[in-house]
Amino acid sequence: MPTPKPHDLAGHSTVPSHDEQPLPTAGLGPSTASVHAGEARQKPGFSITDPIFAASTYTFRDTQSIVDFIEEEHPREEYGRYGNPGERVVERKLAALEGGEMAVLFASGMGALVGLLMAHLGAGEEIVFFDECYHRSREFCRKHLTRFGVGFREVPTCDYEAMEAAITPRTKFIVSESPTNPHLSVVDIERFADIGRRRGVLTLIDATLCTPYNLRPLEAGVDFVLHSATKYLGGHNDLLAGVVVGSAEKLEPVRNLRGIMGGVNSPHNAYLLERGLKTFALRMERHNANGLAVARFLERHPRVEQVFYPGLESHPFHAVAARTMRGYGGLVTFLLRNADGSPADWRQTAKVIDAVKIPRIGPSLGGVESLIEQPMVMSYWNYSPAERGAFRIPDNMIRLALGIEDSADLISDLGRALDVA
Amino acid sequence: MDFRTRAIHVGQDRDSASGAIVPPIHVASTFVQPDVSMTAEYDYARTASPTRRGFETTLASLDNGVKALAFASGMAATHCVTQLLSPGDRIVTGTDIYGGTWRLFNKLLPQHGISVAAVDTSDLAAVAAAMTPATKLVWIESPGNPLLSITDIAGCAGIAQAGGALLACDATLATPVLTRPLDLGADIVMHSATKYLGGHSDLLGGAIVVRDPALGTRLHWVQNATGAVMGPFESFLCSRGLKTVDLRVRAQSATALALAEWLAAHPRVARVFYPGLPSHPGHALAARQMEGGFGGILSFELAGHCDAARRVVESTRLFQLAVSLGAVESLIELPAVMSHGSYDPAARRAVGIADGLIRLSVGLESFDDLRDDLAAALNSAASLN
Repeated sequence: MPTPKPHDLAGHSTVPSHDEQPLPTAGLGPSTASVHAGEARQKPGFSITDPIFAASTYTFRDTQSIVDFIEEEHPREEYGRYGNPGERVVERKLAALEGGEMAVLFASGMGALVGLLMAHLGAGEEIVFFDECYHRSREFCRKHLTRFGVGFREVPTCDYEAMEAAITPRTKFIVSESPTNPHLSVVDIERFADIGRRRGVLTLIDATLCTPYNLRPLEAGVDFVLHSATKYLGGHNDLLAGVVVGSAEKLEPVRNLRGIMGGVNSPHNAYLLERGLKTFALRMERHNANGLAVARFLERHPRVEQVFYPGLESHPFHAVAARTMRGYGGLVTFLLRNADGSPADWRQTAKVIDAVKIPRIGPSLGGVESLIEQPMVMSYWNYSPAERGAFRIPDNMIRLALGIEDSADLISDLGRALDVA
Repeated sequence: MDFRTRAIHVGQDRDSASGAIVPPIHVASTFVQPDVSMTAEYDYARTASPTRRGFETTLASLDNGVKALAFASGMAATHCVTQLLSPGDRIVTGTDIYGGTWRLFNKLLPQHGISVAAVDTSDLAAVAAAMTPATKLVWIESPGNPLLSITDIAGCAGIAQAGGALLACDATLATPVLTRPLDLGADIVMHSATKYLGGHSDLLGGAIVVRDPALGTRLHWVQNATGAVMGPFESFLCSRGLKTVDLRVRAQSATALALAEWLAAHPRVARVFYPGLPSHPGHALAARQMEGGFGGILSFELAGHCDAARRVVESTRLFQLAVSLGAVESLIELPAVMSHGSYDPAARRAVGIADGLIRLSVGLESFDDLRDDLAAALNSAASLN
């Protein structure tokens, strides 16, 4: 048995020696990559798992070692806001799972979006969104980036001609989610990337709903992939995190600005995220299976007017989804109707929400526990009916964020709730 | 509700005050009382603590028991069970058991006047023959470790009950996903929660589960009196682990079976121990007693020179060289010098643990990746033959 030897822990984390190099993950199965990608084979203290470095600061042996560090002769940790060994591991794992060169972790998904856009956009430049993107993302650009002289436009989701028409010589970024939330519209990722390449603008996909298990935006030529890692990547509804993945060249400025703005994640969260990623492929397989089974059940139910799920042949984006995605995720949206076929009103719809036993009522998605919500109540209560109409959020819409419970339990629970309502 | 749904929801009620979907981690050592009668649900964390109780409640449901107790380690859980015995009492136990259990039974308990008889528990007649009026506890492991022997739990329950003894089953390798010993008549189920229940190689823990409330009360009294309880952070991580235990164990069992079949056909492998193989003497019993899989642990012996085994375990890349088992990462080890090094060498050989025996704990990696890793390691050891 080898005798444990003392480690230069800080140096070890940034400059791995041969034995400490992460396993090459190219060509490995998704579950193998989930368990091993980005991790050193020999970890500090010979631990099988990465230690949690709670330290806020890192000490230097002597003055010369500070000079060596500043002159970049000896990369190592310095202060927690600039990086943490555990954070670097989970960043390497996220980059490997996404097929990207670098990942930068933030305290939340919004923190990641803000960090990315602030690093790359300046006064006089513009950004264009597809209009089904997360409303807080668009709100940040519309209300706050505009104060710094950044122009904001939005065009109808998946209207590629409108996107092209909105691009001006000042446009720096085009942004979309795929699938969108809660309508599950699916962007033709290759077409989207192609617009960016041809028009010389950066492309960003918020891939929170599809995850790298189901969609490979970087391989399609997209510049940046963003995730709310709070959702499927963390997967247990017990942490907040965000991440941007892309090339090192384009992300170094983002990492540097993060060190200044300070929206870093915590060492404990970074560890829980790494732990959650170990079962990522396993969980996604179940989320996909539950999504498809529940969507098919709902589509056949007499009280259901419409189901939004890209795995259903009836979904307007099914063809592009089937071409580009491995599976379709755990988010299912549907509209409730009365026994006579008329759309249910919001109180009637709320009865379904209140009658289910397994999904808990709450925002968010992507965790092992199923969640249910009525978007009109949860996210759009303070909007007028006209505004809700413009957002295509009818009163009878229900959004299910399916977890990894057994499909049969979820279906029988929903069936009972639909009968009660 | 089905098993997996219970694993996520039972005992994990949302926090009523905040609505938090994951219950908070209660780190408090003591709980403020409304009055001196100490009637509050919690008083001092050694006795009970909300986060620990959450894990215990989930586990009790998964094992179809009425009460679970969580400990600082698997050995603390085993030790608690032995504290039900008195000087002069006797334990009948298996020969294919974890090295730490063997050490506790053979090195510590005799100091307290408790004797131990070890028999091959896969042979019910041998178990019955070992029973004496002094036998108060029958301790079995199924599958056994590291030889994966299969013990008839229901058969042992009948023998123990007829002899007035309790039957305890270490179900660490089986997990509640694949076997529920309480349903088969066992009085006590023990788990090293470090393994499949936690599942991520990042905590130490143990648990016992019972179906008789009075026995639960006796064991809880011992636990409270001796104090080796699971901490709040480990309880949280264990509860988090249980949410994926069904997915993990089923995936690991499927990969282990495929690897066992591949190894059995490999020219450099002399013998494979895995209950999922029809050639295993306990296969028919395992197929009845285990539901939906045969677990993620298997052992094998190489043909030829036993130094080759050392070369194999030191050459794999995905299988990492370490003791312990049941986690997302695959592990490889030599029981004779590692997990079962606490046996006396003579006792170890007598129970059939060859010096060249290799034990695998199959993780969540893909079958293709693990097979390629083993194939390369077996080839690298070929020169020693």
